[in-house]
Amino acid sequence: MWKEQEVMNNLLAGILPEEGGLEATGSGKYSMTIGLLALLTLVGIAAGIHALWVGHEHTYGVSRGVPWGILIAAYVFFVVTSTGLCIVSSVGHVFGFKNFNPIAKRAVFMSIGTIVAGFLVIAFEIENSWRMPVGNVIGANPTSNIWWMGTLYGAYLFFMMIEFVMLQLNQHKVATGFGLAGLLTGIVAHSNLGAVFGLLNGREFWHGPYMPIYFITSAAMSGCVAIIFFTYLAYKFNDWEMNPEMKKSLESVAKMGALMMAIIIFFTSWKMITGVTGQPPGKYEAMMALLTGPYALNFWVGEVALGMLIPFAIIMLVRGRNMNALFIASLAGMIGIFFMRYDLVIVGQLVPAFHGMGLVDYPELLSYMPSLHENLVVLGGIAFCGLTFLMGEKLFRGHVLEEH
Amino acid sequence: MKIDDLEQMESEDLTTLPSAERRSFLKFGLAVTGMYLGGSVLSLCSAKNVYAEGVVPEVGKYPYSPHYTMVIREKFCIDCERCKEACVKTNHVPSYGFRTTILEKRRSLGGESFETTFMPVLCNHCNRPPCVRVCPTTATFKDEKTGIVRMNPPRCIGCKTCMTACPYNARYFKEETRAVDKCDFCFESRLSKGDTTTSCVEACPADVRVFGDLANPKSRVYQLVHSPDTMVWVLRPETGAMPNVFYINS
Repeated sequence: MWKEQEVMNNLLAGILPEEGGLEATGSGKYSMTIGLLALLTLVGIAAGIHALWVGHEHTYGVSRGVPWGILIAAYVFFVVTSTGLCIVSSVGHVFGFKNFNPIAKRAVFMSIGTIVAGFLVIAFEIENSWRMPVGNVIGANPTSNIWWMGTLYGAYLFFMMIEFVMLQLNQHKVATGFGLAGLLTGIVAHSNLGAVFGLLNGREFWHGPYMPIYFITSAAMSGCVAIIFFTYLAYKFNDWEMNPEMKKSLESVAKMGALMMAIIIFFTSWKMITGVTGQPPGKYEAMMALLTGPYALNFWVGEVALGMLIPFAIIMLVRGRNMNALFIASLAGMIGIFFMRYDLVIVGQLVPAFHGMGLVDYPELLSYMPSLHENLVVLGGIAFCGLTFLMGEKLFRGHVLEEH
Repeated sequence: MKIDDLEQMESEDLTTLPSAERRSFLKFGLAVTGMYLGGSVLSLCSAKNVYAEGVVPEVGKYPYSPHYTMVIREKFCIDCERCKEACVKTNHVPSYGFRTTILEKRRSLGGESFETTFMPVLCNHCNRPPCVRVCPTTATFKDEKTGIVRMNPPRCIGCKTCMTACPYNARYFKEETRAVDKCDFCFESRLSKGDTTTSCVEACPADVRVFGDLANPKSRVYQLVHSPDTMVWVLRPETGAMPNVFYINS
């Protein structure tokens, strides 16, 4: 028993830096924030458990027609961010662009934090998540993109954790290996998540090769936005001074982010144009819901303004050099990206199955409104993410990469 | 005219014909021939074969035995909903869900008048079921013998991907079994206990729904979908799911 404890302590001592790096604020501000985030996480979990107990039918806004709600959107948001952080982290220490090194450790850590937050949220979206570990093995279905996505994301989490531990132990060669494994697994897993939507022939809004391609590009964009967001917050919250290397690094990240935004703007424009031209049945109705219908505000303000144009314009205006401006850009980007995920998941289900058949008393467009329970679970996921972030900053002393 | 004069004249035989003119004449000839030939070939294939090739599998190419299907004689449906009631009773369908329902179609006949038809819908037990493809745990599967798309409730994790994948909105989540529920052609409640037909078919007073084995030429479903001058259609054929619920109007 004692021996085990000792081994554990030694292991932790190897991973947790005792000195060096940056010392986090130990003040009341820190404890209060941690307490609040922990409380919100618990409230989210409680709401999820309550929903499980009473039944999703009575607590969630999802229905037969729109079976996927804000929880799936939040899950997609978290895993997109995680994959993106993994991509951004690998630019430096897998592909050797030194400029990206200063942000790498935090990116790896937060890619773990965000994916766990994603798992937390989806655990309460899936009706019987406890059946998953066994069902996934004895009922494995290789034709199912959901199966591949879930299985590969499990492996991804494993690789990223090993990578992070190796980074802490200064085993950079091994870390690079696991980083590459994590990156490849993450990309395959993530494009499979896109394929979960893209391979549904009956859902015209989603169907086609666009989804997997779009998912990867928007992951790269999310990763850039997220690492600027978290790095800035870490330094601001703890009153740390950013060194020139870090500033230079964030500048490069911001520029890469702007490039990704440009690609997403290009993709989105053509997606909308192809969805409207010739009014393809099923797809057209969904597009119009976004362009002029009930989701127009989400689309134009959330996706286009907050998610694409504002951050892109800010980064270009300050050429990635003003950290405060970059933070505003990343904040707008994070909110905008959440709208992108939400619209993508919900609008894809709004056109009912027997559309365009001249049916009486049959809705042209279904509707969905997230319930209190669903919102609380999402909030819990976000709070959990924040909690991991703040604790990580303290435990790992600002994720400073030691040069060897 | 003297022979010498004749020899002076320009020859009118084919050797002097410009090749462009020759070609245009040939093209014209081919076009005329092609039109006649194409027309006669087209006239050889009747329109009903075109339909049959489209949605009903070719005779002898049914992957299952018995290959269970349902034929819906749509225009006879009067929306009495007895099929729905029978289904609810037989399969313990809760009030918030349905395995089968009836939709109402309306078509303008000009002026004030309309034609209303009722369209019963249910699981189409597709030959290429999108729901079965997407299920991560094979909780929903195509019965190897009958082709019925069935559920294994304890295996269902409730991810609802099958519900988003189904082109027919045939699935719902049943709280009581904590699993997605759907029409199984009454496999659990009747067929597996020796009954030969589904409860909705039995309850229908207008003989709208016909259930049977498409692989058996003696069955009524076979005869209905293969009878001459019958237009057979399926719902949402563009999804490539190859449904096994056929609609006819005779």
